[in-house]
Amino acid sequence: MSLITELDSRAGKLGVPLSAHLDVTYRCNERCVHCYLPHDDRGEMTTAEIVDLLDQLADAGVFFLTISGGEPFLRRDLFEILAHARARTFNIKLKTNAILIREGEAESLRRFNLDSIQISIYSHRPEVHDAITKVKGSLERSIAAIRFLKSRGFKVTIANVIMRYNRHDYPGVQALAAELGAIFTIDPTITPHIEGDRGILALNVSRADLEEIFHTESLVGNLEEFCAPPVAVDDDVLDSVSCSAGHTLAYISPYGDVFPCVQFPLPSGNVRKQKFLDIWRDSPQLREVRSIHARDLEGCSECGHVGSCTRCPGLAYREGNMRGPSMADCEKSFARTGIPSRNMLRKAAFSVPLVQIEEWRSTASGAGLAEDDFGGGKDRENVLSC
Amino acid sequence: MTETYIARSSDVASRMLGGEMIIMSAADSTLFTLNQQATAIWNAADGVTPLSEIVESKICGAFEVDPAVAYQDAEELVRDLAGHGILLVSERPAEGREVTS
Ligand code: SF4
Ligand code: SF4
Repeated sequence: MSLITELDSRAGKLGVPLSAHLDVTYRCNERCVHCYLPHDDRGEMTTAEIVDLLDQLADAGVFFLTISGGEPFLRRDLFEILAHARARTFNIKLKTNAILIREGEAESLRRFNLDSIQISIYSHRPEVHDAITKVKGSLERSIAAIRFLKSRGFKVTIANVIMRYNRHDYPGVQALAAELGAIFTIDPTITPHIEGDRGILALNVSRADLEEIFHTESLVGNLEEFCAPPVAVDDDVLDSVSCSAGHTLAYISPYGDVFPCVQFPLPSGNVRKQKFLDIWRDSPQLREVRSIHARDLEGCSECGHVGSCTRCPGLAYREGNMRGPSMADCEKSFARTGIPSRNMLRKAAFSVPLVQIEEWRSTASGAGLAEDDFGGGKDRENVLSC
Repeated sequence: MTETYIARSSDVASRMLGGEMIIMSAADSTLFTLNQQATAIWNAADGVTPLSEIVESKICGAFEVDPAVAYQDAEELVRDLAGHGILLVSERPAEGREVTS
């Protein structure tokens, strides 16, 4: 067990929020096609409110602090916020598109002793990256910023979200990261818009692409380990929890709303109305999240993948049930192992009688129902063809 | 005997977790957890209190350990943490502060 995992497990037992993610704004100077946030300002916390929140987070035991957005550099008080975070001795990770970081900003950031800076790069080709961000010249500016930051000794991570538009470009981004001396990470998951629109999910890569990505050693490390068959399901597995969201991790929006995680928009309280620690300890929503173990998961508890699945309860929540499967993770489990999840099989089996009923009804009444009306028809075809 | 003065580096991230201190060095992202005795020394590392006094007041009484052994252990810990740049060691108290003894 790594020291971080050990700390996380100790924090979980003590009920301490070891990590917090704070979005200081949802405003942004890019308009990425896959973004899940609304960008208008609906009453962001003031500097004083954020400073007070940072004090509360430090007192509650938060050690790992991610400051993100939107684009955090659009807040004029960002350096003030970072200075206070530094004074309260957080381990600070900053997420930014970096297009506002020039030499002066890179120099100024030095005094905050940031742990790392994560920058999104979608492609090594300007025509692809800039088409995704919808800002001409954004790739060039982000790369220039990475050079400024690297020359000042920062640890920079390039995060490459992979979607249909850039699915063939990750080797180029990986090479670019190596050239710049940055750490390279990929994320092949597009999430629904925070306000419910699931349209952007169409940008997700295809199953075949996901399989290719998950079988590329330079991306996932040890293939045998990464693509290993699911682990046996025993009591330890069934007693485990999905992830740290709500257990040792909290997310706070620019408006003070508290959620279990940035990906898990279950409203759990607001720091403008209550102290953070009171929300953390007493929010019925967070208590409910903490009460869920693998054995309580509907469908997943009977799925062979449950012990090794990356099931995101936030994505499951967005699909309608935080105790249920997350289709994106079913796809990932399948792409890794070639074994369909219980959820996939259930959908496939479910779709068969429905299609038969449709045929019977069309014959009997002439009322044709499209296969898509029932959903899952395409899933079944895909699952069975794999 | 030359006195040793220790000060916490301002470059580190730190937090108490269940009575123990977690520290991460910004320079190399090394993560440390200090046990309760080491945490007591870390918390008292103000740059102006001699290490011998810290050991006497924060360790010997609180943890009922032999002073000579405690001081030896403390010196070893200080060397280790200083090696990772998270404690600053000096033979003189930090400037601009009152010497307490
Ligand atoms: S699995 Fe989902 S909800 Fe859990 S920490 Fe990861 S992103 Fe957040
Ligand atoms: S593969 Fe799907 S059904 Fe199986 S545990 Fe993961 S999310 Fe649940």
